[in-house]
Amino acid sequence: MATSTGILSRMKRSWGEVKRNKWAYAFISPFYILFAVFSIFPIIFSIYLSFTEWKGTGPKEFVGLANYSRLFQDPVFWQSIRNGFIIFFMYVPIMTILALVLAVVLNQKFVRFFRAFRTMLFIPYITTMVAVGYVFRMLFNAKGGLFNTILTSIGLPAVPWLENVWWARVSISILIIWAWLGYNMVIMLTGLQTIPKDLTEAATIDGANPVQAFFRITVPLMRPIILFSVILSTIGSFGLFNEVYALTQQGQLGGPMNATITPLVYIYQQAFRNFNFSYAASISYVYFAIILVLALLQLRYFGRED
Amino acid sequence: MALTESKSIKIKSVIKKIFVYLVLISISIFMLLPFFWMIITSLKPMQEVLHVPMILFSRNMGLFNYSDVIARGVGRRLLNTAAIAFSATALRLLFCSLAGYGFAKFRFPGRNILFSVLIASMIIPFAITIIPLYIMMVNFHWIDSFLPLIIPGAASAFGIFFMRQYIRSIPDALLDAARIDGCSEFKIYIRVILPIITPGLISLGLIFFMQVWNDFLWPLVILKTPQNQTLPVMIATLTGQASTVMYHLQMATSVISITPLIIIFLIFQKRFTAGITFGAVKG
Repeated sequence: MATSTGILSRMKRSWGEVKRNKWAYAFISPFYILFAVFSIFPIIFSIYLSFTEWKGTGPKEFVGLANYSRLFQDPVFWQSIRNGFIIFFMYVPIMTILALVLAVVLNQKFVRFFRAFRTMLFIPYITTMVAVGYVFRMLFNAKGGLFNTILTSIGLPAVPWLENVWWARVSISILIIWAWLGYNMVIMLTGLQTIPKDLTEAATIDGANPVQAFFRITVPLMRPIILFSVILSTIGSFGLFNEVYALTQQGQLGGPMNATITPLVYIYQQAFRNFNFSYAASISYVYFAIILVLALLQLRYFGRED
Repeated sequence: MALTESKSIKIKSVIKKIFVYLVLISISIFMLLPFFWMIITSLKPMQEVLHVPMILFSRNMGLFNYSDVIARGVGRRLLNTAAIAFSATALRLLFCSLAGYGFAKFRFPGRNILFSVLIASMIIPFAITIIPLYIMMVNFHWIDSFLPLIIPGAASAFGIFFMRQYIRSIPDALLDAARIDGCSEFKIYIRVILPIITPGLISLGLIFFMQVWNDFLWPLVILKTPQNQTLPVMIATLTGQASTVMYHLQMATSVISITPLIIIFLIFQKRFTAGITFGAVKG
């Protein structure tokens, strides 16, 4: 009896709290309404969809786990996951190191035109990726493209940039580095500016050369920011779409021989080119599971000391 | 002895400076090269685009590709893109600042759980929602309209987090003073919060505007008729007979697509970088 009135009065009190804060609930409600309607509901619907066979029209036929068993035997799906890893390892180390080095270089006191350099490096980030993708496609063109024209004019052999399996991945990586280097550099630059200058100066006085100071002081202190940029890049390389579309669309999307097909490109292809909506839904679930595990692993591995 | 040592230090620092500027200048050239290429290609006739041997400049250059894409309706696409980008940005800013205010300045039951849901929602990739969302848009009869590009993304979790951090720094005393004066919470939002957070709204708005303007995959699947397309979709779908790539027209459209963004960026550069680095450093 006593406890039930206690619960009742507590409920009354917290209901009073809710009522007193009605404005706060009103203010945050748009997000939760939109999230429920346009994220939660679709995601649940997509589970159901992945257990059916549906081509966009007509009734949905329940097929159980058939889409998933097909997926595990689908070489193109596994190729897309492998491509995500390969492209990640091709550009992330180079881009991250280059971004950090550039940030350190730009952070030198004597550098003039600091803002002009920063602007030039950052401008790729704001430009329309599809547009620049087609520019690179021209630059990479086997005949008459700028890169091969330069190579052959200095006596080097022409490179099959977009025709060869490995070179196509290199080409995608070059485009990504071009687009994202400045963004990563600006973030690292902001991080660098929070490191007290005395720290690196003290190390230099103690006889450390700039390279040692970089690895012993700058890199460890920048760890959280480097982690942030690497996690973003992981999710980014599996979700590449615009870059692949612009470089490979006419001919074969994700080509040559599926060398540049990413999970997102494959999902698009299955859903919007072949109209295998159910199969594409099952791909998106396995894909989500994989990037979730990757993000958690990276957080645990890199973030454990913090 | 001392003299030569100081001389060698001086030489070392000169070499260091030369090296630093060499790195910066070559990277800058690499960054600007695609823009230069975009512009000169947009001025070339089709036959000279991938000519062997390469033609850098020629006397046949002119603005004819621009008149061609104008005839193909680039103006309409520019208007579409701007209309979508402006309305999506305005709605997102409204919802994000309201929710940011709610989370920053109220202690209500369920706040921590709701905030955790918000943060967790950020890891959901678009790849997993695109198919069911597309089917939903078909059922809503929203295919080929601008609504799917404006409504589903109208409350961004990142934006709410951003605004919450921003509004937290506003002293409570300021809000209490307005409450004593009899202002309602919504009035406080309009009269007190909004004027203070304007710089933050500009930073966040620039990020949203750029994202929506450049968005490609979602508009590609939603906008079916050519007149309704956005500029990025137009660039990607400009193909000739037997799906040959029409670089000369694509480049003219590309110049039209990126010029407004670059102008906006150059004007608001400081606010823009403040917004970009905000998440990385505070998050």
